[in-house]
Amino acid sequence: MLLISCPNCGSRDETEFHYGGQAHVPYPENPNELNDREWAEYLFYRDNTKGTFAERWLHSTGCRQWFNMLRDTVTYDIHAVYPMGTPRPATAVPAAAEVGTASVAADSTTIGNAAPSTSATSIISSSTAPEGATK
Amino acid sequence: MANTAALTGINGLREIRRSPASHLAQALEAGSVPGAVVLKESPFQTMAGVRVAPSSEEGARIASVAGGLPARCGEVTGRDGVSVLWLGPSEFLVVAPEEAHDSLGGDLIGSLTAALGDAPGQVVDLSANRTTFELSGPRARAVLEKGCALDLHPRSFTPGTALTTEVGNIPVTLLKTGDDSFRLFPRASFADFLGRWLLDAMREFASPEVP
Repeated sequence: MLLISCPNCGSRDETEFHYGGQAHVPYPENPNELNDREWAEYLFYRDNTKGTFAERWLHSTGCRQWFNMLRDTVTYDIHAVYPMGTPRPATAVPAAAEVGTASVAADSTTIGNAAPSTSATSIISSSTAPEGATK
Repeated sequence: MANTAALTGINGLREIRRSPASHLAQALEAGSVPGAVVLKESPFQTMAGVRVAPSSEEGARIASVAGGLPARCGEVTGRDGVSVLWLGPSEFLVVAPEEAHDSLGGDLIGSLTAALGDAPGQVVDLSANRTTFELSGPRARAVLEKGCALDLHPRSFTPGTALTTEVGNIPVTLLKTGDDSFRLFPRASFADFLGRWLLDAMREFASPEVP
């Protein structure tokens, strides 16, 4: 059982929360300009990071608010809890928490060479898009 | 079949309504252990769900009607029998006695709606959404601790605090009204389950304590 620190309610059991998938996946600025492949990659393709991963959580049986969390997918350590719409904080991960040799860089991806061409715009939009778009 | 001729207005309907745990009334009485832990249902409380930004002008208007808006998790405000429970940063539950409902001569919902006016937010009559269990007695905390992960010790959970959490794996708003008394607000559809769950948790206190 994870003890998750909700920004509003404090430490609560994991069973009170719902997982919301990868954080910082911006809505495409011009969805009509995407081809089917890019649209599918926006909808369905997510990182499968080994290591620190930014993800969304909902405190569904508490304050019913969404928040972002940096969690280590190997050790389950929670490194940061931060509000929706704010950029991912720099990972100040203690060296001891890192295991294995997998890349834990912030932008590591397992999509391989099929990286979506939206990645160029997503970097821009993550700082300029309205709050609702950067969740 | 009820005599429909007698159902004149909302007060006629009032006689035939049943609370979500009314079928458990006998079991609740039989399962209560006076002196240890007592469980009963106090149905038909007037409840209003309020969503408003607490720092806004309309938030201040609603606060003046309801007796303040709680600022953070756990806080309860209110006056004259009205409790305002914190559900979220901009979401509150106003709980008042049955008589406060507009259909019974009160003006709780109406005055809250009027206070909100056309401003962004909402006031919804949620009186039928939840029912109320009252659990009291020196072993009430021991009963709740069987299914609630929160720290219910009086040093951290003080009277006049309300937390939305899970009790017996279902979502419940838990209000501590006194040193040994709690109010549980489960959704109506969970009333049967929670009533039976609490009865089961209370059963050990009916027997003499094993040293």
